[in-house]
Amino acid sequence: MTDMTMKVRVQRYRPEVDEQPWMQEFDVPYTEDTSVLEAIQFIKDELEPSLSFRWSCRMAICGSCGYMVNGEPKLGCKTFLRDYKDLEIASLENFPIERDLVADLNGFIEKLETIKPYIIRENEKDLDTSEPITEAFTQTPAQLSKYKQFSQCINCGLCYAACPQFGRNPEFLGPAALALAFRYNSDNRDQGSKERIPFLNAEEGVWSCTFVGYCSEVCPKSVDPAAAINQGKALSAADYGLNLISLAKKD
Amino acid sequence: MTIRKTASDYSRSHEPIVWGLFSAGGVIVAFFIPALILLTSLLVQVGIADEAVLSFDRVQSFAQAWWGKLFILAVIALSLYHTVHRIHHGLHDVHIHIPDSLAIIIFYGGATVLSCLVFVWLLAIGW
Repeated sequence: MTDMTMKVRVQRYRPEVDEQPWMQEFDVPYTEDTSVLEAIQFIKDELEPSLSFRWSCRMAICGSCGYMVNGEPKLGCKTFLRDYKDLEIASLENFPIERDLVADLNGFIEKLETIKPYIIRENEKDLDTSEPITEAFTQTPAQLSKYKQFSQCINCGLCYAACPQFGRNPEFLGPAALALAFRYNSDNRDQGSKERIPFLNAEEGVWSCTFVGYCSEVCPKSVDPAAAINQGKALSAADYGLNLISLAKKD
Repeated sequence: MTIRKTASDYSRSHEPIVWGLFSAGGVIVAFFIPALILLTSLLVQVGIADEAVLSFDRVQSFAQAWWGKLFILAVIALSLYHTVHRIHHGLHDVHIHIPDSLAIIIFYGGATVLSCLVFVWLLAIGW
């Protein structure tokens, strides 16, 4: 069955010629299993070769093909034309547009790096690196389950496109970065919570979140960043109390 | 080109104070308020509980006991802090921006004044 076609409006923005983004309409043939990504690929291959967009794996693991589909943040490869009557595809909300459907995600990637998303050991600096490390850090299934859900993030940025607080204040560290901080803080092999807590404690940290929860709704990997942030609030509030009675290290 | 921020670029927010009150109030509003509505406005009125449960003497002795006073103060004050926090952030969500200092005075200040009034009233009704 290839006799179905759909009107697909795609955001265009070519900084060298366009004053502002505009929508271009295409008729795209589709079947039961045509994804939004395949629809854009069809447009590029057959109708408009200059259309720019990011994509890679086609199987919801690389996190490259995040677009606004009819106003909702979606992965192009995981969203299907069969579920829509017509389509409007734009670049991810809350991010600057680089070209057509390509959003500038640099700020987002920097935020992920900011919160120290790696296992930190207290005695790391004293480790003798001339010898191969033979010790293994064991982990029980119960310890793994504490953070596993939050380690499923593919850095697609959909939660930032969904978050109204990030939209209002781009300094907000945002759902994915705070979920990632929570993921490492909850890992029993990690000893770096003290280094990450200042990020959580800030207004730009967990306290910009008003628990709208749309981030968790749009997450294609069911990471539930809203839950991570709000458990982070409990951590930060405890640290605030400890700091008041001078038990916690001063920032 | 931006430079990655470090911990020293961030300063501690004082939000945990109001968030703590908000959270405690959330527990009250979610668990105690429905039970209290049931107890004071439904069970007796539809005849499930005996009228004597809400008799003046009984309620007065409750409000005059120290633990009764504590319960009444906690239920009213924490619900107030919960409510104003919700309104404060709700306004932010619907893009009505009130300067922080003004918001603190109106919302949290208001809740504090009302809580103090309740406290004074609880003392005034005696033991």
